[in-house]
Amino acid sequence: MKNKHVLPGFGLALGITLVYLSLLVLLPLSGLAFKASSLSAGELWNVATSERALASYRVTFGASLLAAGINAVFGLIVAWVLVRYPFPGKRLVDSLVDLPFALPTAVAGITLATLYAGNGWLGRFLEPLGLKVAFTPLGIVVALTFIGLPFVVRTLQPVIEDIEPEIEEAAASLGASRLQTFLRVLLPGVFPALLTGFTLAFSRAIGEYGSVIFIAGNMPLISEITPLLIISKLEQYDVIGATALALVMLVISFVMLLAVNALQWWSANRHHGREKVSL
Amino acid sequence: MSGQTTRLATAEPRWLRAVLMVVGLGFLFFFLALPLVAVFVEAFQGGMSAYVEALRHPETLSAIGLTVFIAVFVLPFNIAVGVAAAWAIAKFDFRGKSLLITLIDLPFAVSPVVVGLVFLLIFGAQGLFGPWLAAHDVKIVFALPGMIIVTLFITFPFVARELIPLMQAQGKDEEEAAISLGASAWQMFFRVTLPNIKWGLLYGVILANARAMGEFGAVSVVSGHIRGETNTLPLHVEILYNEYNAVGAFASASVLALLALVTLVAKTVVEWQMRRETVMLDTPLAPENVGQPSGTQP
Repeated sequence: MKNKHVLPGFGLALGITLVYLSLLVLLPLSGLAFKASSLSAGELWNVATSERALASYRVTFGASLLAAGINAVFGLIVAWVLVRYPFPGKRLVDSLVDLPFALPTAVAGITLATLYAGNGWLGRFLEPLGLKVAFTPLGIVVALTFIGLPFVVRTLQPVIEDIEPEIEEAAASLGASRLQTFLRVLLPGVFPALLTGFTLAFSRAIGEYGSVIFIAGNMPLISEITPLLIISKLEQYDVIGATALALVMLVISFVMLLAVNALQWWSANRHHGREKVSL
Repeated sequence: MSGQTTRLATAEPRWLRAVLMVVGLGFLFFFLALPLVAVFVEAFQGGMSAYVEALRHPETLSAIGLTVFIAVFVLPFNIAVGVAAAWAIAKFDFRGKSLLITLIDLPFAVSPVVVGLVFLLIFGAQGLFGPWLAAHDVKIVFALPGMIIVTLFITFPFVARELIPLMQAQGKDEEEAAISLGASAWQMFFRVTLPNIKWGLLYGVILANARAMGEFGAVSVVSGHIRGETNTLPLHVEILYNEYNAVGAFASASVLALLALVTLVAKTVVEWQMRRETVMLDTPLAPENVGQPSGTQP
């Protein structure tokens, strides 16, 4: 009964999309792989596993993991407060959560560096406590936390909004304490979204450059992130080195993209399943 | 019932609510509000005249001009391709659809620095097309075309991402009705589809614009940092900051922060509009409203 081609423009729309996507995204990215394949495998391997490169992976991954973790904890609290608790100025605060998406990374970078420097608004209180943030790996964590926060909050908010009150009421009427309800009923419900937000924040953090370089101090082996190492290789006209590192990062991006997709699929299916049960 | 002694079993105790509020809002204050305020305080550190002077510097003005030019150039492509992609994905079924959706997200996943490097490897002096471009005296990398290309790459997903779920939710009944009533394809698009998706489209454009104007890493790699020529505002901020010209750097940064604020306000307004239209669409369809005017009430 259903005519497949009632609506016009399928061929044109799909054609435009595929041509644009291929020319702008797919071919250029495969160009990187092509360039890398013209180099010897040994050479690539040497660059990608050099001491400085390995240290940069450690810094990048360590700081990204820590920042995404901080965001998971505080992002859950922020999302919970924004959905559940009424307070004046809530809409304003809710809009502010998107600031890291809207504020150019370079601006975030110089501002955070200034705030956390020894004479900055925050640095002057933190440094006497022995907490040096600016120009240390800790500064990288701060910048990446700033960048990643909206990913966690915005992924969690709709899921918390959708929690059916009956579930909580049932748990409470069966004698569960609020903590038990949270740990056994609410947290498992929002966990897929929390993990998705965490992964989004983490994968954004790994590639981040603009906000980090100003606050990091950029000491090789200590506070040098991989994207910066790529830049410094380029500035020394070391195209091979830059390409090898970029290939490592590209592969990681692909893995993260697949992970996010799998998580969202899991999350959606769980959600779907729950809705079925509630019917 | 008095709410003084009894507490809802499905709510947190008062003290816990207070703690969560303080922790959550405090976190937002230190990580988001304070940096935003600091940009403007630092920009006016040297007084109003120093601020205005920094902004009126020819290099700053040319950086602002270039930033706006790139964004204005890039957005029509984003709109056209974003709408096309969303139309194909949301209204039709075809094999490999989920793969296509994933590929559209790809530019978000790739590090900006890697994006810049990729185009350097293709169009740069030692790149794939480098010798050919040099022979024909075409400059792409370290020039405006390269900066436009990386910005196109970076901003590609925004519009499509906003439109796909919106158009999927709207279904295709209205468009099918228009076609079966004899509308041409473009009539259907401009009179039915576009009015339906206008807020979602605007939302995507606002986000894409913010990213286009603010992009740093990718543009930095392909720009060559030629002052007054290939310097966008974010790159200009970096140069001034590295020269210890704090007032100049933060004056330029304040322009970008203002852009961010405008983006947030516009985004919020569009979100309200979208919610209002969804409510308006939903109310007349609710069964209790359908029966009322026809006089079936006793």
